[in-house]
Amino acid sequence: MWKNFPLFPERASAWAWQVDGLYFLLVAVSAFFTLLIFALIFFFAVKYRRSVHPHAVQIEGSLPLELTWTLIPLGISMVFFAWGSLIYFQQARPPKDAMEVYAVAKQWMWKFEYEGGQRDINELHLPVGRDVKMIMSSQDVIHSFYVPAFRIKADVLPGRFTTTWFRPTKTGTYHLFCAEYCGTEHSGMIGQVIVMEPAAYQAWMSGGSSTGTLASNGQQLFQQLGCSTCHRFDTQGRGPNLAGVFGKPVMLDDGRTVVADENYLRESILNPGAKVVSGFKPIMPTFQGQVSEENLMALVAYVKSLAQPQGKGTDGNEAAAPGASNTQ
Amino acid sequence: MATAVQTVERENYLNANYGIKSWLLTTDHKRIAMLYLISITAMFWIGGFFAMMIRLELLTPAGDLVSSDTYNKLFTMHGIVMVFFFLIPSVPAVLGNFLIPLMVGAKDLAFPRVNLLSWYLYMAGGITALTAMVTGGVDTGWTFYTPFSTTYSNTHVIGAAVGIFIAGFSSILTGLNFIITIHRMRAPGMTWRRLPLFCWSNYAAALIMVLGTPVIAITLLLVAFERAFHIGVFNPQLGGDPLLFQHLFWFYSHPAVYIMILPGMGVISEIVTCFSRKRVFGYEFVALASIAIAVLGFLVWAHHMFVAGISVYAALVFSLLSYLVAIPSAVKVFNWTATMYKGSIRYNTPMLYAFGFIGLFTVGGLTGVFLASLGIDVHVTDTYFVVAHFHYVMVGGMVMAYMAGLHFWWPKMTGRMYPEGWAKLSALLVFVGFNTTFFPQFILGYMGSPRRYHAYPPEFQVLNVLSTAGSSILAVGYVLPMIYFLWSLRYGEPAPPNPWNAVGLEWMTSSPPPTHNFDETPVVTWEAYDYENQPQEEVTIGH
Repeated sequence: MWKNFPLFPERASAWAWQVDGLYFLLVAVSAFFTLLIFALIFFFAVKYRRSVHPHAVQIEGSLPLELTWTLIPLGISMVFFAWGSLIYFQQARPPKDAMEVYAVAKQWMWKFEYEGGQRDINELHLPVGRDVKMIMSSQDVIHSFYVPAFRIKADVLPGRFTTTWFRPTKTGTYHLFCAEYCGTEHSGMIGQVIVMEPAAYQAWMSGGSSTGTLASNGQQLFQQLGCSTCHRFDTQGRGPNLAGVFGKPVMLDDGRTVVADENYLRESILNPGAKVVSGFKPIMPTFQGQVSEENLMALVAYVKSLAQPQGKGTDGNEAAAPGASNTQ
Repeated sequence: MATAVQTVERENYLNANYGIKSWLLTTDHKRIAMLYLISITAMFWIGGFFAMMIRLELLTPAGDLVSSDTYNKLFTMHGIVMVFFFLIPSVPAVLGNFLIPLMVGAKDLAFPRVNLLSWYLYMAGGITALTAMVTGGVDTGWTFYTPFSTTYSNTHVIGAAVGIFIAGFSSILTGLNFIITIHRMRAPGMTWRRLPLFCWSNYAAALIMVLGTPVIAITLLLVAFERAFHIGVFNPQLGGDPLLFQHLFWFYSHPAVYIMILPGMGVISEIVTCFSRKRVFGYEFVALASIAIAVLGFLVWAHHMFVAGISVYAALVFSLLSYLVAIPSAVKVFNWTATMYKGSIRYNTPMLYAFGFIGLFTVGGLTGVFLASLGIDVHVTDTYFVVAHFHYVMVGGMVMAYMAGLHFWWPKMTGRMYPEGWAKLSALLVFVGFNTTFFPQFILGYMGSPRRYHAYPPEFQVLNVLSTAGSSILAVGYVLPMIYFLWSLRYGEPAPPNPWNAVGLEWMTSSPPPTHNFDETPVVTWEAYDYENQPQEEVTIGH
């Protein structure tokens, strides 16, 4: 009977057991307290009903009891607080070697782009056992990337990247939902996450047509949009040299330091005057409205690839070297 | 029944004046409470109609009864009407308005004309919002998330926002009136420690109304401005920040949950003591728990945003504070339960509703702890788990308390008894119907069924059918009181001044009370809930 009436979604990621374990314990503790209250009310209501207990005994209250039912729930809830926070902290720290998938959400579809340049619409193909980091943004309103089988959800916002990560542990096809209400066809903004054996995944990946890796597409854009005239790979450029910048702290002209993450790169393309690198003039024009979400992601992927010298071209004084290194 | 006949003949606030004008221009807090009762009941049925349409649509996985746009408007309007025009005013504006002056031994609220103005503002806001709905509807969800509401929605967002904006002033004025009345107009001897807990909890709610409502007002005004004049506040394409909206919105809308539940908690404190014939267990703790909820309630808003892209450390702080705000609510539940210990308990309808409240509020509160837990919230937020949770608090808690209070004070308000047998049946139907409707939604939510979905995957159908079946039982449970309350106005047994043999100043005047409430200003010489010295009369009414 329970086969046809499941109480849990499938457990297909490394998070699933962690989240379900905490959930089981919370259900048990909640059930205990709920039954305790129900039982006490029922017991008192019967035992002290007026017909058998016509005169109430007046009781003022009791400080020890008040402290008991303040401190015990407080103690129990701190355990749950710590456990829940631990899971959340892990979810906020993607491993460095995770494979990256870029997602663009729009009313009402999901567009995915893999590092190799392949694209998917409303389907996300993943290899089992690999850590996957999603880098997402929206073209219009707020959406939310939700895969119940992975116990993972992250809102996808316009104007910034949000990230989440997970490790699929079981092959199969799972629901992908948009969990943040986004307009008329919100309930149609669904898709599938297809988790495959690594070999099948490789075969699927090479079967799709792609026009070069994401980073190499970004490199082309970098030339086309004229970025390369100022962002040269030497010290002579009018803009900062971008080789090795990603993930490193950057000193700004107002003395602050920020880490050059995906969102900083994005902001620097669309609103370059906001956080100017120390020693440079705010001369870069905005690219707001000229670069689509997909192209932004390609540019970001390119700049990120410049941070991974991977043996060759380590001196980084030639513009061509870094983009070709992305072979993951 | 000799006394009862005399009571009905006596001049009271209902027969003091006649004619529509005497009602629309009244400054009597009791008449204004009745105006509110009629208006919020109308709103309840409008919101309930939307709910029934939603449940009917969800009988089948395909979106076949109404179009997607219509469905989105239905859940939006259900939310707006129920939250802003039913739940927030319900207990304060009806029972609070009627009872607070009576309970503190005053002739009226501090500012009777402001009180009338607040009803007119409520009506103006309500009519504005309803007009927006009738002329095309709103489809943003009651949460108005940006930039959808400011840029992408093609519906009457500004009309709905302005309606809520206007009604907000009604809420502020009512809160102000309560605070000042409780501070300044208590009868001699009515010290803070003798104040009924209903007044304490309405006082706490009034603090939130006064401090929180301006924030939602200004936020919705900014939404309207961005929509009309493209001022970049929330839309990133205009240089705004969509998360700013969520912070501002929940800064009010989370405390608003406590505006809804705190007055309901006050009702339960009055009823549990009366039908147990005992002083409340731990008076100070119950009273201070209300204030603690009001204060902590302002510091937990971002727990609605754990997956919205806020910083990990912010999430940690808001999670911790969300656990803390659950503690005073738990303290109240334990104290109500302990109040029954060694009491002398009678099962009249208000008490049955109070039992229901304590049980359902416990479930609602504990599932709130699930949502405060970061790891679990990521999975269940924006699913039916959240829908079930807040309906357990708002409907299982708040509406149960409202029904409990309405039955408890109905004799005082109208001078008539309701039919006890039918009322008990309705309490039972509401309890069963409510659980059948909303318990399956916890499971649906953990299964991953997202909220606000017009169509859903077929594996979720069984639980949805169960939920819809439950909602029809719930509907019958609400229609019954509507009928027998109206019936009782004409055919109900005349009510004596104190049908429940309760303590509290409101029971020391006639039913219904005279316009000036008390013939002589009462002087309080006894403690709150002094059931020990209340003569134990034979039960004359009910069973």
